[in-house]
Amino acid sequence: MKISRYIFVGILLGVTLYKAEAVSWFRIYEMFHFQSFHMYGIIFTAIIAGIGIVQLIKRTHMKSTEGKEIVFHPKDHSVPRYLIGGFIFGLGWALAGVCPGPMFILLGSGYTVFVVFLASAMFGTFAYGLLRSKLPH
Amino acid sequence: MVPQFLIDIKDFISQPWPWWVAGLMIALVMFILLYFGKEFGISANLRIMCAADGAGEFSDFFKFDWQSQGWNLMVALGAMFGGYLASHYFLSPDGDIAHVSAATVASLQELGIQAELGKVPLVPDFYSWESLFTLRGLIIIVLGGFLVGFGARYAGGCTSGHAISGLSALQLPSLIAVIGFFLGGLFMTHLIFPILF
Repeated sequence: MKISRYIFVGILLGVTLYKAEAVSWFRIYEMFHFQSFHMYGIIFTAIIAGIGIVQLIKRTHMKSTEGKEIVFHPKDHSVPRYLIGGFIFGLGWALAGVCPGPMFILLGSGYTVFVVFLASAMFGTFAYGLLRSKLPH
Repeated sequence: MVPQFLIDIKDFISQPWPWWVAGLMIALVMFILLYFGKEFGISANLRIMCAADGAGEFSDFFKFDWQSQGWNLMVALGAMFGGYLASHYFLSPDGDIAHVSAATVASLQELGIQAELGKVPLVPDFYSWESLFTLRGLIIIVLGGFLVGFGARYAGGCTSGHAISGLSALQLPSLIAVIGFFLGGLFMTHLIFPILF
């Protein structure tokens, strides 16, 4: 099954975002007020390191553990979908101070009320599934 | 007796992590998942969970082979364990604190939120079961969750899928999505918060 290794990846992510305070509503508030470099530092460091990683994978034609060359699927080109969807996500991110990763992390750290948040987020995704054909993409 | 070096390691991990350590770790998580032949994207779990709950009966959007995505649910489960470990075993010496700037504390006070420099909690007090029975708590938890779940799928990804994975692969759509994230976040923080708080 080789599935338990993903739990360890998740633990690494969870400890990182908790210890760097990226799960904090106050840190997100601070970010949208441009009052600290902290969150921008996290995101920019991850992207710069990430760009290096992606380039390395592409240039060395690196293979995954499944023996296939690692490929990157280009996302469909469009504007409304990303801009409107992103805007709605941004409203929720700032309001709740959590994105989907921290939602799971804070639930695990003992804030059980995030069960309600998770159910609401699932309902939001479900509502999108129902309305998808009527929304501009 | 626990060997001293293990206590030293625990103390080392327990310090608040600087931004560059966190950034490198997030990139490492992305690399490990790519190396396993997967893609880093946490919000996809919401779609997987809807599909697993039978949402395929209502929309074709949820008719896909969700069983093959079980690895992503394991990442989410691991993130929960990670949150538990960090909050129970690797808490900073000064406790569960968000070390926000003095400017942030001042603007929180302006908004009417009680805050003291060096004592701002990691998680605000409106994340409690009691606050579900207040209008503000209900809006933050229920509407906030809905907007995150709806927007992430509409945009085709969240912070991990677009801001980290997408921008690392120099994807233009992800840049548009991240601009959307920030426009939405700025709108909420600067125009709605003064009404809400």
